[in-house]
Amino acid sequence: MKAIIMGCGRAGSQLAITLDRDGHDVTILDINAYQFTRFLPESFGGHTITGNGIDQDVLRRAGIEEADAFVAVTAGDNRNVMAAQIARHIFGVERVVCRIYDPIREQMYHRLGLRTISPTREWARLLKEALEAEETQPVASHEGGGQMGAAP
Amino acid sequence: MYIVVVGGGKVGFYLAKELVEANHEVLVIERDPAKCAEIAEVLGEIAMRGDGCEAAIQERAGVGRADLLLAVTGEDEDNLVACQVARHVFQLPRTVARINNPKNELIFRKLGIDSTVSATTAIMAHIEQELPTHPLISLLTLRHGFEIVEVKIPEDAAVVGRALKDVVLPHQSLVWGIVDAEGNPKAPTADTVLHAGDEVVAVTLQESEEALRAAFTGPPPERSF
Repeated sequence: MKAIIMGCGRAGSQLAITLDRDGHDVTILDINAYQFTRFLPESFGGHTITGNGIDQDVLRRAGIEEADAFVAVTAGDNRNVMAAQIARHIFGVERVVCRIYDPIREQMYHRLGLRTISPTREWARLLKEALEAEETQPVASHEGGGQMGAAP
Repeated sequence: MYIVVVGGGKVGFYLAKELVEANHEVLVIERDPAKCAEIAEVLGEIAMRGDGCEAAIQERAGVGRADLLLAVTGEDEDNLVACQVARHVFQLPRTVARINNPKNELIFRKLGIDSTVSATTAIMAHIEQELPTHPLISLLTLRHGFEIVEVKIPEDAAVVGRALKDVVLPHQSLVWGIVDAEGNPKAPTADTVLHAGDEVVAVTLQESEEALRAAFTGPPPERSF
């Protein structure tokens, strides 16, 4: 599949590296070119584009018209939401996922039909699970360093 | 009217000032405490500190009872979200958004925010009006995707010497007026004959702009029918 990832931070770069390794065609966007050297290894085989993902011309340059998937994971909730809606409603990208930290905003956009993930809510849930597991497990099993499993 | 302004920068400040002077009830939501203090000093206690994109802040601001929300921060994405929260959480139908990138107008419209204002577009329109060679000028953007445009008929256009009824207009387009080369305005009828140098003022859909321009400026076809 051809995937476009907007935002080359820790989450975005990690996803780009994984998809690239799995043989997908990956293009990653960031407004700051330094992020590519900071987070992507030499072996990264995908494309990098410097530009703002809420600019339709930049998205076109990234090949959004042929993209199967679009993921918005910049640090800004509103920028993610806007880019995701452009990908979906203007370019008709089939699979669009968008990160929204604010759980209230996330719920609203989820209701409007966007595929959203709120790390805030997920983290709170994982932390709660970890705390509750701690209560039932003996303290001796602590050495592993808090195994919490990957987010779904 | 009760009007909520999201963004207390230069645009938000002067908007609020004008609206207060016009006796409207106004509240400005602004993130920066220093800007809030400035607004309060000049315009009274009408500034609320907070992120206008958050539903909780909009609730405290009373967006539910507002008549209008104006999102005029410097960021298109913040203005989009502020308008969407007002529409979808508080069922406020009337929102106006400031946009910087004119190309964003389309996504705002697709998401139901019909009213957008772009300084870039306004300045471009001015430039276009100053360029006598430019055949089509967008004068005003209306709701529902309509706009008012002006087309100047060139010497070599196929429509020169023809009656208005013989011009094939694009779907949902309407000629409102004609200003002739001497500067006299007239209300056109179906039989009004078009001349080179006439300025045709018409209402059209934004996507039909090109077709309308072609209808009034296009050269005669190779073969008449």
